[in-house]
This record gives sequence, C-alpha cells and structure tokens, in this order.
Amino acid sequence: MLTIENLQVEVDGKPILRGLNLELPAGQVHAIMGPNGSGKSTLAHVLAGKPGYTVTGGSVTFNGRDLLGLSPEERAGEGVFLAFQYPVEIPGVNNVYMLKAALNGIRKHRGLGEINAVEFLAMVKAKTASLGLKESLLNRPVNQGFSGGEKKRNEVFQMSVLEPTLAVLDETDSGLDIDALRIVAEGVNQLRDPKRSFLVVTHYQRLLDYIVPDVVHVLAQGQIIKSGTRELALELEARGYDWLLQAVA
Amino acid sequence: MSAPNTDVQAFIGQKYEAGFVTDIEQEHLPPGLSEDTVRFISGKKGEPEWLLEWRLKAFRRWQEMKEPEWAHVHYPKIDYQSISYWAAPKSKADGPQSLADVDPKLIETYNKLGIPLEEQKMLAGVAVDVVFDSVSVHTTFKEKLADAGVIFCSFSEAVREHPELVRRYLGTVVPQHDNYFAALNSAVFSDGSFVYIPKNTRSPMELSTYFRMNAMNTGQFERTLIVADAGSYVSYLEGCTAPQRDENQLHAAVVELVVLDDAEIKYSTVQNWYPGDEEGRGGIYNFVTKRGDCRGRNSKISWTQVETGSAITWKYPSCVLKGENSVGEFYSVALTHNRQQADTGTKMIHIGRNTRSTIVSKGISAGRGQNAYRGLVRIAKSAEGARNYTQCDSLLIGDQCGAHTFPYVEVKNSSAKLEHEASTSKISEDQLFYLRSRGIGQEDAVNLIVNGFCKQVFKELPMEFAVEAQKLLSVSLEGAVG
Repeated sequence: MLTIENLQVEVDGKPILRGLNLELPAGQVHAIMGPNGSGKSTLAHVLAGKPGYTVTGGSVTFNGRDLLGLSPEERAGEGVFLAFQYPVEIPGVNNVYMLKAALNGIRKHRGLGEINAVEFLAMVKAKTASLGLKESLLNRPVNQGFSGGEKKRNEVFQMSVLEPTLAVLDETDSGLDIDALRIVAEGVNQLRDPKRSFLVVTHYQRLLDYIVPDVVHVLAQGQIIKSGTRELALELEARGYDWLLQAVA
Repeated sequence: MSAPNTDVQAFIGQKYEAGFVTDIEQEHLPPGLSEDTVRFISGKKGEPEWLLEWRLKAFRRWQEMKEPEWAHVHYPKIDYQSISYWAAPKSKADGPQSLADVDPKLIETYNKLGIPLEEQKMLAGVAVDVVFDSVSVHTTFKEKLADAGVIFCSFSEAVREHPELVRRYLGTVVPQHDNYFAALNSAVFSDGSFVYIPKNTRSPMELSTYFRMNAMNTGQFERTLIVADAGSYVSYLEGCTAPQRDENQLHAAVVELVVLDDAEIKYSTVQNWYPGDEEGRGGIYNFVTKRGDCRGRNSKISWTQVETGSAITWKYPSCVLKGENSVGEFYSVALTHNRQQADTGTKMIHIGRNTRSTIVSKGISAGRGQNAYRGLVRIAKSAEGARNYTQCDSLLIGDQCGAHTFPYVEVKNSSAKLEHEASTSKISEDQLFYLRSRGIGQEDAVNLIVNGFCKQVFKELPMEFAVEAQKLLSVSLEGAVG
C-alpha cells in the first residue's frame, strides 16, 4: 500500500528527514513514536503534500503511484487523509458543506459524478450517529469555536465520511483528556478495515492502549531507528528514548 | 498550470462574460456638456417646463462645484466635455410599448445576459425594467403590478403619467446640489426606474432594474425613485453590466428611496460593471449616490450590495432615520481584484427617537486591488435611545492588495449606544492546505473561504440573487491565488 524509501526532506535548507524507510501494508496500523523534533509531524505533512517542505531525495509510492508528484487534493483523491494536530478554523463555512465539496472533489478525481444531495445527507447523518456525535456538528462552521476535543472528533468524523485508504493521524491525542481520547480512539477503531491502513503519529504510548498498532516505529534524527511490536511502545514509556539513541550512536 | 503565459492571459481576458458589444443602430449626442445638452435631453423626452428648470438649476450648481478628491481612489482627471450624454437605440416610436416593438437585437442582448424579456421565460415573481444606455427599453409584468396598484415604469414614463408623484418626491432625498456627481446626474439624467407602492400594499412580486451600458464614450446617468407609502413593502433588485472597452466610462447614478409610516424597502444590488483588465485599462467609474429617507414611524430600509465590477467604485448607500423607531440596514460585499479600486460604505443618520441601524461590511482585496470602507454614523441630539452596530471585516488575498477602513462617528445624544467591530485577515496557507488535503481544488478552496467570509451578507439577498452573487464572486476571483 505505502512504501517510503530513503526519504529526505528539508525545511528552509535544514535537513529534517534523513533517509527514512517504511513499509505499510494494507489493513495494518503502524505507530510512529519519537522524541520532540525527530521529524514525526514533518513525515505526516509531507505525506499529505503540505507546502513548505522540500523533498531532496527518496520516494513515496502509494498503491503503485508516485505520491510526491501529486497535489494535496490529488492525494486526497487517491485516498490519503491527514487528521491534523491543529485543525484549522474556516469561518462561515458549514462542516457539511465543506465535506460535500470534499467528497465531490474526490469523486471527480475518480471519474465519478457528484453525489446526490439526499443520499449525502442521509450518509453523514448515519456517520454522526455511529460515532456518537451530535447532528448540530454538521451545520457548525468548520472547527470555529470548537473545543480541542470537538476539533479532534471532527477530524475523525471527516475521515469516516471521506473513507480514505490511508489515514495519517498527526498527534491526534495531543490536548485530549482521557474521556475525549477514548471517544476519538473508538471512532478510529470503528474505521479499521482490511483495505484501510493507518499511520498513527504520537508522543505517548497512552493512545496505543486504545488504538492497538500492528507495528511501532521509533523515529529519531530523521530516520526509523527501530521497529517492533506493541511491547516496544511500553518499553519506551518505561525507559524513555535515550537508551535507543545511544545504541544507534 | 504549465500553460504558456499568453493562454493564461487569454483566459483571464475572457472571464468577464458580459463584455460583448451589441451592434445596433443608435442615436448619439456628440460629446460635450452645456445648457444646450441639458435642453436637448429634456426636449428629447418631451419633459414639462418645471423639470427642465430643475435640470438647469442643477447644471448651474454643478458648474460651481468641484470634483471631490477625498476618496481613497486614484484616476486621471475626467474630461466632462469628452463624454456623450445621450445614446439610445433607434426605435420607431417614442419608447416601445410592447415587446413586439423592441428591436430583436436588444432582446438577444438580454437573452445573452440571462435576462429574457418574454414574461413567460422570466423568473417567476420578478418584474424587470431594462435600461439600455440612456433609455428604458422594456418593463415586464406591468399589468399584473397595476392590478395591485403598484406603479413600476421607466422614469420618463413616470414623468408623463404620474407627474404629481415625481414632482412631490424628486430631489427630496438627494438634493440637486448634494454632491458633484449627484448635481451632474440631476442635470443630465436620461432614464431609470420609478416605483410607487400604494398604502398597505405588499408588492406582489420582486421588482428589478437591469442596467446595460453599450455605446462607446457614453456616460450613463440614470435616476431611480422608489416611494413606499404607509404600511407597504417592496423588494427591489438592481443588476448592471457593460461591454469590455479600453476606455473608462462614467456611470453616475442617483437613487432615492422614500419610506413612510410602517413601510419597508429592501434594495439589493449586484453590480458587475466591466472592471477593466489586469493592467487597469478600461472599466467603469461607478460614482453613485444612493440614499433612503425613513420618513415615517417604524419605517425600514435595508440596503444589500455585492460589488464585484467597476474600475472604481465610489458609493455610500445611506439611510436618514427620521421616523421614530425607524430602522436602517447596510450589508455589503465589495471585491477588488487586479487594479480595481473601491471606496464604499454607508451613512446612517439618526434623527428620530429609538432609531436603529446595522452595518455589516465585507471587503475582499486580491491582486493589486484597493478596498476602502468609509462609514459615518451620526446620532443627532434628537435621537434619544438610538442604537448602531457596525461590523467591518477585510479579507486579503495575496500580498499586493490593500484594505483600508475609515469609520466616522458623531454622537450628540448621550443615550445612544454604538458598537463597532472590525477585523482584517488573510486567507492563510493553513486554511488552503486544510481544504486541499480534503480533496478540494485550490480555486474551489479559495471560493469556499471567501463565501464563508461573505455569508452574513449573502443571506440577506433574495435566493436567486444569492446564487448569482456566489457565482460572480468565484468568476471575479479566478486566478487570484497561485
């Protein structure tokens, strides 16, 4: 599904990712952990195509396509979704209106016609119900006046409507209390599917109590320095990152 | 994206869809302005002596006045002698009475603009008066309106058929010498629309005037007068387009609204005069005086405007709130792209007790556009308990445009309550990326953000107009980002 080979990325001439390799098969959940400044968010942004990053080497192949050659909207069309660490407010634009534009953009990319408005409304209402969200969420302006927890839940809601094949979660747990965390994680778990892969970027193993990963990768100094199972995350929590960094050095 | 530059330019050049010229035989007055010009226009229209005298008085005042320079706009001096003050399609009779008398070329022009003149093809519930250069060419649904007692006709016809009404109200809201452009208009105005809604009558349909400038080197000076008698209501819409030309053209209109006890006028404008090209060549100078007089108790005027066209816009639709409990509203979206300049806003003059006003202004600047909001809220000594709320937001797209705000407040009664909120923001990279990452293309993302920004104003527009306004905005913003 997703193959990252020797990816090198700079921001303002400063190297952030220095030869990152990653293989994410369909249907799996991989967690990316690592100390501050290791390049976790950069990886998430580069996968979604955020401007401001310069790829200086390597490749990212997604379902056989060169992902790096696509615009952000084309990547969404191909099935990539980024759940933002800091979701952006768009005043005056209804959530549901934005989602309809998004879904139609994706459908257009896939050569499909626009979705029927009645079907669309029925679909989003069903999704809000299954995620335990209020329908009032639909007609609120995108993220405007939302609490931290509401913003993250809205990201998961958008994900459930757009049904990506690759979902990248950028520190979705940051700023959430334990109840909000559980709700968000449950939403993600509902979306787990043999055809859908998740890349979960997180600081803390706490999130992985709820979203149980198949593989845990440690990202440090712009490279994956160790990969392992769920237990690796627990070990990191107990011992920190220093022992790993020293082992690499 | 990688299209050669010339293709891109051709694409931008095409985007003003109303930019075509109608090849029609026209009657022209040679350029020049003197008392003879005023007499010619008045004579052409077979006006009574009192109106000619009224025009001449205005002309004499205008000659003593100076063109205002306080607005935040820049343009070369206008040579008023190089403008033609009369252009009309040649017709058999003195103004066509039925559609059969209208030149087929004119009907085709309006079809192209999406304004079919055949009543069965019209939007249900909207009557239209169409003004082509200096004259009104047709008014639809007149009979149906007449059944309700509503008078809706060209200004010239009103002078002939309803002289007592015209004489009673003309110039009582915007006096002849009010300002330079209003004085010029009073002297040489050619046509426009007249509306009278009788007592306790709700107009059975929305009324609309569509202005089209076609002839070259011609100014358009129309005059609109709407009177809502006690207890009546009318919603009036106004649209404007002009061909694409390299020369600037002057449009100096005057609109007067009179609202009596418990009556209401809702006045909506979608202004899409030719804005000039990306280098600032051509385009309309839109120097317009619009004012409404809330004369009666509990009367109300609501102005809604969407201004996307014109090279320069100089326009301040205002409300004089004389009647006790009267209400004035101003909702505005003004967009400037390329080299467009706009200096627009409103005046709310509170005179009566417990008068209330609301101002919501949304300015959008893109390219090298310059957008200024200029607003005055004046609370007279007599306006016990007056209230005003002003919200004034600017949105910048790119880094070569400008937004300016000039709010004036004069309060002479200490019981007044005024609120003012203002904001300036840029469409951020983060907002764009957020929407694009959801699958929305760049231009659609910009449109979505801009429409969200304008939402408060769009919801004040009649439904059909709101859809039109959104489309217009997206066309006007083409190529603004990226």
